[in-house]
Amino acid sequence: MTEKILMKGNEAIAISAIRNGVDGYFGYPITPQSEVMETLMKEKPWETTGMVVLQAESELSSINMVYGGASCGKKVMTSSSSPGISLMCEGISYMAGAELPCVIVDVMRGGPGLGTIQPSQSDYSQSVKGGGHGDYHCIVIAPASPQDMYDYVDWGFELAFKYRNPVIILADGIIGQLMEKVELHPVKPRRTAEEILRDAPWATTGKPASRQRNIITSLSLDANTQEEFNRKLLAKYETIKENEVKFCEYHTEDAEYLFVAFGCSSRICEAATDILREEGIKAGLLRPVTLYPFPEKKIAGLAGQVKSMMSIELNLGQMVEDVRLAVNGRCPVGFYGRQGGNIYTPEEIVDEFKKFNNLK
Amino acid sequence: MDIISDIKKPENMVYGRPALLTDNVMHYCPGCSHGTVHKIVAEVIEEMGIQDRTIGISPVGCSVFAYNYIDIDWQEAAHGRAPALATATKRLCPDKYVFTYQGDGDLASIGTAEIIHACSRGENIVVIFINNGIYGMTGGQMAPTTLLGMKTSTTPYGRDPKLNGFPLKITEMLAALDGTAFITRQSVHTAAAVRKTKNAIRKGFEYSMKDVGLSFIEVVSTCNSGWKLSPVEANAWMVEHMFVKYPLGDIKDVLK
Repeated sequence: MTEKILMKGNEAIAISAIRNGVDGYFGYPITPQSEVMETLMKEKPWETTGMVVLQAESELSSINMVYGGASCGKKVMTSSSSPGISLMCEGISYMAGAELPCVIVDVMRGGPGLGTIQPSQSDYSQSVKGGGHGDYHCIVIAPASPQDMYDYVDWGFELAFKYRNPVIILADGIIGQLMEKVELHPVKPRRTAEEILRDAPWATTGKPASRQRNIITSLSLDANTQEEFNRKLLAKYETIKENEVKFCEYHTEDAEYLFVAFGCSSRICEAATDILREEGIKAGLLRPVTLYPFPEKKIAGLAGQVKSMMSIELNLGQMVEDVRLAVNGRCPVGFYGRQGGNIYTPEEIVDEFKKFNNLK
Repeated sequence: MDIISDIKKPENMVYGRPALLTDNVMHYCPGCSHGTVHKIVAEVIEEMGIQDRTIGISPVGCSVFAYNYIDIDWQEAAHGRAPALATATKRLCPDKYVFTYQGDGDLASIGTAEIIHACSRGENIVVIFINNGIYGMTGGQMAPTTLLGMKTSTTPYGRDPKLNGFPLKITEMLAALDGTAFITRQSVHTAAAVRKTKNAIRKGFEYSMKDVGLSFIEVVSTCNSGWKLSPVEANAWMVEHMFVKYPLGDIKDVLK
């Protein structure tokens, strides 16, 4: 029988890391995600699985600790919230450039600047479009429940190592603080030194005489070498787009109107869809689970089916740009958002939906 | 038989290049201290027989390409962040010898937080700190360790404390932290100095397996290109000026 435990989304991240054989966590306190490191420290995994947990002096340092750990082929992660992620963007760019696998959890809060400590989704563009400098993408996955938080840690590492690429779990203050039942899957042990040598032959594990030295770097002074590398990254991103798109559908099969929403917003839109269905309006919901790669083909397909789409986000309209690109003018695309840590109700979304679609 | 071949017999060999130095042509300017320090780091690793257990972390600055010259596994860090990489590497792989190799801009300016906290936590790593009082790679700008009155491309009239602040003696600062085990300041301008520096680096590597804390070896170095001096003049200038502000010798040794 699988074990089910009531826990916060942030706690689920920590417990999942321990139970899924993560080698190291490096973090710095910031609201609304401090429970991740607090839970890890309380659980003392260094005494059980041997997992390293360290409170760094800054987010700059924690992401660079992740860089060091990932360079050794270890499963290492960090978590933070919006302003902290901004500080980490230097390191994330370097990791994308050095093709290092890692998992970064961003429990978003309102911005810009110090902003608020309430939930927000205003770092969609930062995570999905880059954030740091240079042509790169992180794989971005968006949980909508504590169970997702638990499951996505392991999934995130699977993707990170499969593609040698940073993975961002883009959550928000609601999902981080929400308490729900979480089903704990069987424990996965940490990888052995032999398994790391097999799975990460590129890692700095100490150079024996028998192989070339392994160098983890993102530096190339030659323009042609750099261009070749940029194109190699592009090819990787194309493969990721081909293989890893994931989304959830709710009443889309016969939908005449579509909501597009991720994370906590998708759950509120589910309720809005139910209200509209009860009124006889055939609404549906598409929840992108992977924000990068974005489910553009799915949305393009639905654009030929529905009368209109609305992107519902806790920001000023970020994902809606990607929805419009995917729709490419084939149906009207509206947007409704709240900011600053305010959250819409299902009824509020229904009202805005009717306004946009000229329905009573 | 010619005379040279007659002399080149193993029993006559008194000096050689360490096998761990690669055949890559060094990009360092002639006269630069980096080449000498690289050589003794390679010698220490070779003599200790720890090539397969050593991980180097290179910085941003002239020695960014250290990974091209010493035949071990390397991580190339973002500017100033090497001690953070080293922290995680050592904690996740405690059986490895982990060292950073950093210049004064990297360590004493942009990376002050990382080095101070790695020292404060007592990470069991080795830090090799090249202090030549200037940014070499970017063309000779003022470093935190630039001496007062010293001309650089960003202090063209000489470093003025009112305008540019004072030189930072970061090594003495780090010695005050409880997490540091061995702190020394050396140089490589004479054969004797090279030997002392090599012994200090070896001690640092040995200490890193004794769980006593961080070992920090500052090497007061020349940047004759940045200083606009010949290599010989640069050595003399260093002795006359740099050693006054940055005196050589051991500053702290917890096992002594």
